[in-house]
Amino acid sequence: MRYLPLQPSDRQAMLGAIGAASIDDLFRDVPEAARLSGPIEGLPLHASEMAVERQLKALANRNLAAGDAPFFLGAGAYRHHVPASVDHLIQRGEFLTAYTPYQPEIAQGTLQVLFEFQTQVARLTGCEVANASMYDGSTACWEAIGMARRITRRGKALLSAGLHPHYVSVAKTMAKFTGDALETALPDLTPGAPGDDIERLIAAIDGDTSCVVVQNPNIFGHVADLSELAARAHEKGALLIAVVTEPVSLGAIRSPGEMGADIVVGEGQSLGVGLQFGGPYVGLFATREKFVRQMPGRLAGETVDADGKRGFVLTLSTREQHIRREKATSNICTNSGLCALAFTIHLSMLGEVGLRRLAEANHLKAVAAADRLAAVPGVELVNGPFFNEFVLRLDREARPLVRALADRGILGGVALGRLYPGSESLANGMVVAVTETASDEDVAALAGALAEELA
Amino acid sequence: MTLYFTKEHEWIAVDGGSATVGITDYAQAQLGDIVFVEVPVAGTAVEKGKEAAVVESVKAASDVYAPVSGTVTESNGALSDDPALVNTAPESDGWFFKLALADPSELDGLMDADGYKAFCESL
Amino acid sequence: MSVNASGWRPEMGDASGGGAVETFTGNRALMLEEPLIFEIGGTARTGVDIDVPAGGASRLGGLERSRPIGLPGLTEPEAVRHYTRLSRQNYAIDLGLFPLGSCTMKHNPRLNERMARLPGFADIHPLQPVDTVQGGLALIHLVGEWLVKLTGMTAVAMSPKAGAHGELCGLLAIRSALEARGDARRVILVPESAHGTNPATAAFCGYAVENIPATAEGRVDLAALQARLGPDVAAVMITNPNTCGLFERDMKAISDAVHAAGALVYCDGANFNAIVGRVRPGDLGVDAMHINLHKTFSTPHGGGGPGAGPVVLSAALAPYAPLPFIERQGDRFVLIEEETAEDHHGDSFGRMVAFHGQMGMFVRAAAYMLSHGADGLRQVAEDAVLNANYVLRSLEDVLDAPFAASGPCMHEALFSDEGMAEGFTTLDIAKGLIDEGFHPMTMYFPLVVHGAMLVEPTETESKAALDQFIGALRSVANRARQGDPALKGAPHLAPRRRLDETAAARKPVLVWREPEVAEAAE
Repeated sequence: MRYLPLQPSDRQAMLGAIGAASIDDLFRDVPEAARLSGPIEGLPLHASEMAVERQLKALANRNLAAGDAPFFLGAGAYRHHVPASVDHLIQRGEFLTAYTPYQPEIAQGTLQVLFEFQTQVARLTGCEVANASMYDGSTACWEAIGMARRITRRGKALLSAGLHPHYVSVAKTMAKFTGDALETALPDLTPGAPGDDIERLIAAIDGDTSCVVVQNPNIFGHVADLSELAARAHEKGALLIAVVTEPVSLGAIRSPGEMGADIVVGEGQSLGVGLQFGGPYVGLFATREKFVRQMPGRLAGETVDADGKRGFVLTLSTREQHIRREKATSNICTNSGLCALAFTIHLSMLGEVGLRRLAEANHLKAVAAADRLAAVPGVELVNGPFFNEFVLRLDREARPLVRALADRGILGGVALGRLYPGSESLANGMVVAVTETASDEDVAALAGALAEELA
Repeated sequence: MTLYFTKEHEWIAVDGGSATVGITDYAQAQLGDIVFVEVPVAGTAVEKGKEAAVVESVKAASDVYAPVSGTVTESNGALSDDPALVNTAPESDGWFFKLALADPSELDGLMDADGYKAFCESL
Repeated sequence: MSVNASGWRPEMGDASGGGAVETFTGNRALMLEEPLIFEIGGTARTGVDIDVPAGGASRLGGLERSRPIGLPGLTEPEAVRHYTRLSRQNYAIDLGLFPLGSCTMKHNPRLNERMARLPGFADIHPLQPVDTVQGGLALIHLVGEWLVKLTGMTAVAMSPKAGAHGELCGLLAIRSALEARGDARRVILVPESAHGTNPATAAFCGYAVENIPATAEGRVDLAALQARLGPDVAAVMITNPNTCGLFERDMKAISDAVHAAGALVYCDGANFNAIVGRVRPGDLGVDAMHINLHKTFSTPHGGGGPGAGPVVLSAALAPYAPLPFIERQGDRFVLIEEETAEDHHGDSFGRMVAFHGQMGMFVRAAAYMLSHGADGLRQVAEDAVLNANYVLRSLEDVLDAPFAASGPCMHEALFSDEGMAEGFTTLDIAKGLIDEGFHPMTMYFPLVVHGAMLVEPTETESKAALDQFIGALRSVANRARQGDPALKGAPHLAPRRRLDETAAARKPVLVWREPEVAEAAE
């Protein structure tokens, strides 16, 4: 077997050195009844690299890759062009095959990258500090709700109707067990401001509210000013948690931190990571300096070594499970290091000017596409302001239509029926994302197919 | 003023109905460099033997227990800027919080300086 | 004749002129210093050319960014060099043996990387119509099937993002099952030697955590466990093989006792590598176990993630598995999500994560499983255990091995710093290993052994690599026994000497600030 260096002669020599009669001898503490005498049945035996490649390629070929179709899906995961260098660099063995940097003297590469990542995330979100990443946006969102509970010592969280329904589901699952009270609502397709319920949220904040959780741009792509909501939350002693699922938007719109958010969490997948059928992704988590000891996740910090040279270490680890055990801020252990690295390299290659251009390209393409698609008979654009994603209301149910588009080789959007099963008022909605990867021809293809399907 | 000690390495200096609490020199030596101290805010009711504060070194976090029950009247704000005070002056400037005693008879079971010294030597 | 016009001739220089050489750059030949991106990049510089469509009006509702963000950029050559230089300050499995106990740092085959990057896996959206991602669903199903068969369990939850997330999944399933039968048990028993994530997860799920002591030989004290079991105990969380590197001989008896008391058995699967293909946890009475794909199934650790933590479940817990999951219906794979769950999976405790889990990791794990096959995986466990025992027996004369008499170790060997010279500890031995060109072993874990050193060589090391490591650790251990003062200052040869973690924690500097801003903040 190509991955196992020990040769039969090595094994014999080592058993001799140990003083064991056989390999079975080393497993003698396993109860007799649980010992398997040979390879587990029902599974194939070992295979060559070529054979494995053939088998997996056959599976991959059964999928319609986004790059092979006009592609317009978003709703929490976005397709952007990732420079070739990003993938090359994250595949360097010293990054790919390193562990969590527990021995800082020989992990300065990872630690410095995490410090760069933390700084970039803090600046992008408009916050003072950020951690070294979480699993993804949905788990980061739930962790933020828990953090707000610890800070405010209150147990009621208000979730905006515009929050990604999967994020709401995750929070609901966790709240069942932690006892947090969550107030949620189903969004509606209000013309000009779909999913915007800031007024409802403001009215609902009271003295028991730990936090208000609002996504911007929201699940329907709508962008809103959160300043008033932040101010009203603070008046009542509650925190504002802002969720960003499309970090490229922060190259164009004001950051949640600037608008007064206390905790900003996000999905960083757009930068460097790719679609990957939903994971692995990278959770962003940023907040105010004064809350840092209540923040979950790993943190890299600057210090000096015994010779006075600058270096980086994991710090404030007494918050974490391996020291605090049952009193830890979170049970999180691994973060999403390699995806954070990809995020940081992509963002470092873009730089401020590149990110702004990328955001502008996304926005202008999306505006043009929205207008073009809204011109199709039977299609109506619901949004007022948006970044690179918007909702179309069709004259019929969207799910069969999305499937029909797929049959034509077009991945046209996400039917709201998929995200909100059972909701009649949303069933005709379809959320469409347009990034720099969508060509004019792609938009034309979607518009043409929509026109034919709706005719 | 009378000084008492607990087996959990807290000291308590009692002056009439009020007292000052901290951790002992022995405790700080065991913990190593202190990097963070979380003390209760004034008004907090603490209960004898229950967690009242947290002291952290780089690799460990330890609970500090209230030697007796009472209400916190003041906490040592200097520790947030300079937690190293717990290392350099554990039994003076590195105090944690002041307390209005709820029940002075709770002091009865605590050790005096000689008793605590003997206790540490036995560890 | 012609003369040597260039004047170039080999010269050995002055052999005595060595010692510490100061350089202008601070670099030492191949060891290169590298500033932060914020010190070398510029906000007007970029490494990505982007075509912005001409014309068109903004529709951002007046929310345009007004202030600068402060994100420096680099051109492509600068970026490649910056991150390549940083990478070279890391130790990695590709460079050498990485004996971190409990972490299973084994070779990461590059086939796995290639497969994960096939556009059919890497470039598909989680919300595409399911008919366009049948191969993706089939792949997740395939990995799940392997895990179920390898563990002898009933079902698998694929969505947990990492080991600790898997623990959460298992405990939530347990709590749901108990609540479904109206049994509000509140205590979880955890051995003292457990990973820190176990009590942290139990506490997160609303349970009180109680420790179970270990016996002198380093195993769970069955009698103490039995004595504590009662109607308030919801579950026992056990790591098997345990963190002392030993197989829990009484595992079946433990499970039987736990079940007889109406409780459930959670097994921390972090150490599955020791038994994969040789023992099925399902045969030992386990009800739930997470599997760290980044350990046993060799998906790369990536400097701290991403991991993946699928959870295998017994028949008792299967109905409570989280959403979503994949079902095979004839030739077709369907994704069971919130809407379809109600029909025949109404007891699910709900969703733990957006979308469907760590697809990229599943592809890598699938490539690894198919490569090894059932026979190869069995050999993995055998070689991992053989290598660990070889390390244990080769070093027990210079390093205290507290449980050496408790039987063969499994895939990791546990030592302590007992017997070192006054003032010399596990930390010094670890740092000494760095100068020898090795990543240190896990230090100070498990907590039950003072000055613990947990060595997990894994099966992907050759005998020659092990012999060199054993020689290095022997040499460093002897220096610590003899009190070599140079060892207290180790490492001397790494990119950095020991770092001041106290200063880092007392005044945390977690983001970079422009020097003038940082100074003003002092």
